[in-house]
Amino acid sequence: MSRVAVSVEGLGKQYQIGHALEHTDTLREALTSALRAPRAWWRRWRQERDAQQEILWALRNLSFQVQQGEVIGIIGSNGSGKSTLLKVLSRITEPTEGRAVIEGRVGSLLEVGTGFHPELTGRENIYLNGAILGMHRHEIAARFDEIVAFAEVERFLDTPVKRYSSGMYVRLAFAVAAHLEPEILLIDEVLAVGDAAFQKKCLGKMGSVAREGRTVLFVSHDMDAILNLCPKALFLANGTTAYLGDSGEAVHHYLQSVRPLQTGVVDLRSAPGREAYEYPILTSVSTHRPDGAVASEFRTGDTIVLRVGYAVQEPIRSPYCMAHFTNDVGHRIMSVSSMHDHCDIVLERDGVLECRLHDMRLREGTYSIDLAIGRASPVSQCMDYVESATTITVQLGDYLGGGRLTDHQGVVAQKSEWSSVDTSLPVVGSVIAGPSRYAGVSWHEE
Amino acid sequence: MWEYRELLYFLVWRDVKVRYKQTALGVMWIVLQPVVSMAIFTVIFGILLQVPSEEAPYPAFVLSALIPWNYFASSLNRSSTSLVYSSNLVTKVYFPRILIPLSSVLSGLVDLVIAFTLLLGLMAVYRITPTPAALLLPGFVLLASATALGFGLWLSALNVRYRDINYIIPFLLQIWMYATPVVYGTSLVGDRFGLLMGLNPMTGVVEGFRQALLGNVMTGAQVNLPLLGVSASITLVVLVSGAYFFRYTERSFADII
Repeated sequence: MSRVAVSVEGLGKQYQIGHALEHTDTLREALTSALRAPRAWWRRWRQERDAQQEILWALRNLSFQVQQGEVIGIIGSNGSGKSTLLKVLSRITEPTEGRAVIEGRVGSLLEVGTGFHPELTGRENIYLNGAILGMHRHEIAARFDEIVAFAEVERFLDTPVKRYSSGMYVRLAFAVAAHLEPEILLIDEVLAVGDAAFQKKCLGKMGSVAREGRTVLFVSHDMDAILNLCPKALFLANGTTAYLGDSGEAVHHYLQSVRPLQTGVVDLRSAPGREAYEYPILTSVSTHRPDGAVASEFRTGDTIVLRVGYAVQEPIRSPYCMAHFTNDVGHRIMSVSSMHDHCDIVLERDGVLECRLHDMRLREGTYSIDLAIGRASPVSQCMDYVESATTITVQLGDYLGGGRLTDHQGVVAQKSEWSSVDTSLPVVGSVIAGPSRYAGVSWHEE
Repeated sequence: MWEYRELLYFLVWRDVKVRYKQTALGVMWIVLQPVVSMAIFTVIFGILLQVPSEEAPYPAFVLSALIPWNYFASSLNRSSTSLVYSSNLVTKVYFPRILIPLSSVLSGLVDLVIAFTLLLGLMAVYRITPTPAALLLPGFVLLASATALGFGLWLSALNVRYRDINYIIPFLLQIWMYATPVVYGTSLVGDRFGLLMGLNPMTGVVEGFRQALLGNVMTGAQVNLPLLGVSASITLVVLVSGAYFFRYTERSFADII
């Protein structure tokens, strides 16, 4: 029988955003008017001040429950209230309305290294930080060696942390936090620090924390981490629940909300996901079948024709164009580039580039395509970029001879041919690759 | 609160540990500060202005008051700015916020003890023996701590919203020191303002300290109980109201700090 660990009912948190006061009168005028008619001046001052207060609801009407032992990811775009929610749950700030009931000892990790003092040594900071995060002295002492080993700072234990490299600092800070043992752990985006190897270690640690049956609420922008660690996720939008449930679904909803599906022939001149490094060059994008018909639904093994419209202010001698494919849970599956095959394309005034993807191996799903265009030499330099310029959907069809792939069987489909081998003969290979059709990409101009 | 006693201990320990880090003289500063002030005051008030010191040697007279006063002033100063100074803690971790100003006050005790040995040394030089009332010294220290905490609670909570407090404190402490019989004795003021001076709780503390230690060489000096009673009541009022004000504003600290 599971117990409710966190129960949130109608939670709301309001902030007042004060705008910079615009003083119209000089200090002398303000003083003289204040002295001549103090009450009128006071009234006017208050009115001005109140008019400049704008109310922002960081959270509104938020309700959800978390069972004991659940690991919940919290996702949402910037400003959707994720961090505010964790602050309310960890009692740092009080909600304006509604309530949050938490059963158990809460450990919150909203920042790595809270309370670290630069003048203190690594050893001293472990104790101080542990105490600030709510550990008892005997708990810290018992886990001291583990913390030091995890952080890999044995040699620098008696050095003030102000002399640490930023990597060492972060490792030590995370190590202390990772050895917290509260019943409910609230974590905000702390994995966005450290190098890749350490991040992996942290994720591993978090995974083991989750398996120990503790309740974890985990805010992250890293969809991979959410999918790996959290079976369930809460998708927040504008301070309220947009979706709560299976993390794959939640991530899917979230990614769709940040990039609406675009198909067919897409005009890119006012694309929302644009990042023009020099000026907008990409004008349109469309996906076609080999016969030229516009299409957005394909099957694995099909040839996809991608047409990219552009307009340049002056000719670009050695340009490149790239297309990145990202699946519906945010993994980048592949990138194709005109530089890969040394395809010679030239951009003059305006026109259309065509890219043919032969024998496309993507498995079933929805893929969004990011486009980049720029100079390939003397140094490779992106000039214009459009995120989620268009979207295609792929069906597996009969590419695998009617076979199907489960969720855990990778991101691409690959044909294979299997047979029994006569062991009395010398071994040549047990798996023989599928038909040796030409698989590749070719770019050319129209 | 009791649950967080270890954190309080670590916060005090941090304050003490960090205070004189990366200073060439280190702990020497705890001794140097009162010695320098004592020298200045002795020259100006003792020698030049001839402030009566009730028969006690002026250096001992002023140092016996400076030590509790410095403890109070530095504790009040630190605790008033403590919340803003620890804003990273306030916005990122939960624990009872009162620990922050409280630890600032308590960490001053270490300095007080070290400086107190200096005073004992000076008394030995002048061959002054303390009176039996010296047993009351911990009580005076408690009164000074409670006063610093009471005002510290008010000022630190106000400082979260109004940073003006930062600028007010130096003036406040300067005025307060001259309103307290540190460089002069209550006898200079006479009976006219006796009880009025008791409204300043530090009068009771400073006078009590001085009389408990130097009473044997001072003329007609007695620990003034009615005065102490007034001081203690004022402190209690400030402390309780400060605690309420602090609790009331605590919930919004993280939002406005």
